[in-house]
This record gives sequence, structure tokens and C-alpha cells, in this order.
Amino acid sequence: MSDNSHAALPVDLNGLTAIVTGASQGIGKSIATAMASRGAKVAVVARNAEKLADTVAIIEAAGGVAQAYSCDVTKRESVEAVVDAVMEKWEKLDVLVNNAGVTRDNLLPVMTDDEWDNVIETNLRGMFLFTRAASKQMMRARFGRIINISSVSGLMGNPGQTNYSASKAGMIGFTRSLSRELGKRKVTVNAICPGFIESDMTKALGPAVMDEVKKRIPAQRMGKPEEIADGVLFLASPQAAYITGQVLTIDGGMTG
Amino acid sequence: MSVQERVFEIVASQLGVDQDKITMESSFVNDLGADSLDTVELVMELEEEFDIDIPEDAADKIETVGQAIKFIEEAKNS
Repeated sequence: MSDNSHAALPVDLNGLTAIVTGASQGIGKSIATAMASRGAKVAVVARNAEKLADTVAIIEAAGGVAQAYSCDVTKRESVEAVVDAVMEKWEKLDVLVNNAGVTRDNLLPVMTDDEWDNVIETNLRGMFLFTRAASKQMMRARFGRIINISSVSGLMGNPGQTNYSASKAGMIGFTRSLSRELGKRKVTVNAICPGFIESDMTKALGPAVMDEVKKRIPAQRMGKPEEIADGVLFLASPQAAYITGQVLTIDGGMTG
Repeated sequence: MSVQERVFEIVASQLGVDQDKITMESSFVNDLGADSLDTVELVMELEEEFDIDIPEDAADKIETVGQAIKFIEEAKNS
């Protein structure tokens, strides 16, 4: 089998309901469609609900179940409204994938307050708000899977990304602490650190930069969004019940 | 069902203890084995069941089942 084919991971998520934030494109879209294809009902969340139409269309065309919600992940009322709506509609919440994230790269001496605040608010506060709201339901149910999409930028430095790195490293600390709070209640909390993944975010880097990047990756290629989704599927599955507080790095060996 | 009966029932199911073992004097932490997260969860359940708000500083002062019932009855009557 070549590196470029993608066989379906045999994971059964029938009966589970999930929320995936930042599901309108890239990794989030791939996670949402993969989970739905394994039987989960998926609430897809993005700032602009219209941009979720494609994700929902893909899921429904494949016979899956999805519902789109617009949400500003930095606003408590907005986040709690989504969790309440999901509970109302599907009566439970089993999986939360905190994937919504932004970059506002700049070198630190000239980084603006806005660039710092915007990244921390979306990436860290957004995760906090969604996880707080979801954890209450999961604690009650004595079951839950919380999966935080961090980044290799949270493990290693990247010039121009002090804000992004801080937020992504913060997600890892949050993951480890929360796993210790919720372990007894059968709620697992894990993080995934994607490396360089084919997406609009990395496309913007241009071919010259990408050639340099590939030299640093033992696998000699970019990852595909589906390869991150597979990590999520596994951590969401019943087979991963004993895995919590962990960081799964999917980066072709770059940080190895 | 009275407030007391409902509280006993919730405490029993949340903390996984026998209802017969619960008295008005039972301390959540010392007698019923609640840890800090159990306490948080119990407060959430009671807030929802009785449709009241239990502020954190008030929750900190509630140590026994009887104190919880007294707080709920006062909150319902105010």
C-alpha cells in the first residue's frame, strides 16, 4: 500500500454523539466526516454556519447524521447554547473535539496585543469554555471523550508563533490536568499534535518553504487531514478507554 | 416527595452510598466519602433538581446533608 492511499480505520462509533469545533474546513472537516462515517451523530461548529454547508453535505451524502451550529467559541453564552442545543436534540454528548484554532503569526517584538489576545482567546479560552460545558454532561453520564487538537508548535518552537505555540502548549497542560480530574468518571482527555498537514493554512506557505519543511520530516511528505482524523477516531473509540492525559503526535516523525 | 427525600436520593446515587446510611448529620466528606469533584458534581445536581443557584462561598459552608437541605429550603422560599 502506498503512503497516498487511505484505508478506513475499523472503528465503530454508532450510538455516540459528538461536537467538532472548527469543522468547516481542513482537519476539523475531515474529523467530522470521519466520525459521522463511523456512525456518530456529529454537531459541526464554526463561526459562520454557512461555511459548514459543505461538511454537512458530505456527511449526509454518505448517509451520516450532522447538524450545523454557528458559534463564537470565545463567548460563554454562544458555547453553552450549542451544548444545550445538542443535549436537547440528541439527549447526550459523548465526544468533544476542540479543533477550532487560528494563527496570527508575527515576531514577538512587533506582535500586537490583538494578535496575542485573538490567538489565546480562540485557541485556549474556546477550548476551556466548550470543555467546561461538555464536562458537566460527561461527568453525569460517567462517560466521555475529550480530544484537544494541539500542534507540534506546542511541543517545539517556531519563529513568529509565540502566541500560537503558547496556546497549543497550554492545551497540552490543560489536557493533562483535566485527565486527572475526570479519570474516575470514565471521561478521557487527550491531545493530538498534528505536524505539517495539507491544508489551506500550510498551502499559504508556498512551494519553497514547503520543500524546506519536507527535509525536516523523516516521512518526507506532508500529512493528510485524514491521518489526523484517524487519531481522533481511535481516541474516541471504546478501545481507547484506558488512554487518558496523553499526547498523540502525528507528524511523520518530525519531532521524534 | 419532600426536599429531604429528594436530597437523600440524589446524595445516595451521586456518592454511591446506601440511603439507609444517610442521616441529617452525615458529613459529605467525612462520612459519605465525597472527594472534591464529587462535591462539585453534587452541587450541580442539587442546583438542577431544585432550580436554585448555590454560590461557591455558600457551597463551601455546606458540610452535612442537613445543612444542604436547610440551604435548599431557604433558597426555595426566598
